[in-house]
Amino acid sequence: MSMPQPAPETDRESASPGAAKHVSPLDLFLAFSQLALSGFGGVLPWAHRTLVERRGWLTQREFVDTLALGQLLPGPNIGNMAVMIGFRFAGHAGAAAAFAGLVSGPFLIMIAAGLLYTRYGALPLVQQALSGMSSVAAGLVLATGIKMTSTLKRHWRPWLFVALALAGVGALRWPLLAVVGGLAPFAIAAAWGRED
Amino acid sequence: MDRADLAALALHFALLSLMAIGGVSSILPDMQRYVVEANHWLSDRQFADIYALGQAAPGPNMMFVTLLGWQLSGWSGAVVATLAIIFPPILLTLGVTHLHANNPDAPLGRAIRGGLGPIAIGLTLSSGWILAQSADHSWRTALLTLLTLVLMLRTKVNPVWLIAAGAFAGVAGVL
Repeated sequence: MSMPQPAPETDRESASPGAAKHVSPLDLFLAFSQLALSGFGGVLPWAHRTLVERRGWLTQREFVDTLALGQLLPGPNIGNMAVMIGFRFAGHAGAAAAFAGLVSGPFLIMIAAGLLYTRYGALPLVQQALSGMSSVAAGLVLATGIKMTSTLKRHWRPWLFVALALAGVGALRWPLLAVVGGLAPFAIAAAWGRED
Repeated sequence: MDRADLAALALHFALLSLMAIGGVSSILPDMQRYVVEANHWLSDRQFADIYALGQAAPGPNMMFVTLLGWQLSGWSGAVVATLAIIFPPILLTLGVTHLHANNPDAPLGRAIRGGLGPIAIGLTLSSGWILAQSADHSWRTALLTLLTLVLMLRTKVNPVWLIAAGAFAGVAGVL
């Protein structure tokens, strides 16, 4: 007894991904687990590879649009993308499955790292290694911040808010909630109706 | 840490998570301030170590919070810190996913994105600055931070190799 099957291979080429594709919560869980655990040094390139190139669930354009919205929202970009992509294919169950896939493997790895750190963190050789690693990590974060400035327009206004946030939180060490709460209304008002 | 501390941590991290525009690195300074300076649960050095370990492992950057929670209070700390950081943004994202389907180019959305972007950049630079202050206690370690910065801006090298190189430099006694 063979059921008539839609031709998936030809469909994949022509139809736009999304509405037409059937992606189950389990598929989502597995795909996001896989990309999270491949993602040494940042998950985003692996997300692109898995979702666009390998599985063909999203077009290039859909990936970029989802990323842009994910960046606008608070929380990790990839986490927000997991929720949006999961929801789109399989509703709330899909969102939960995609996010669970994204975090469960890394969660266990972090626990393992914590156990090792508790046991061996004080050894001189480990201290030396960690010292080098944390100096590199500081450089990575600074580089991320500097790369993000490429999105700013050549106008003094956004740079003023960069400087004020850096002064308040980085130099004066004021609480973040106070600094963001104080700056955000002015920053949003200043950006109202502008493209920058 | 007792139960009240854990509850306070959960509340603080949940509030912070809603400010984490552009990812966890924008709220790192306040996590450090809360955990190290305000409550003295960890030393400056331990916090920097934990962040570096979290960066070396696979997975989203925010998962270093699991390791931070573990270090503070074992399993309960790991679970509470992770949930506090991941849940509020998930709920917000789901809400916006519903709204966005209706009007993707609302002017308020654009103004929020345009206004919060620069603040997120300032916060991320603050994180790097604070981590560098905790991690760099000699001109050699400061040079390593600078070298990392230049390589990240000029090349497409995978950051994991840089972290491995940092560990190697430390073990070799160069720092």
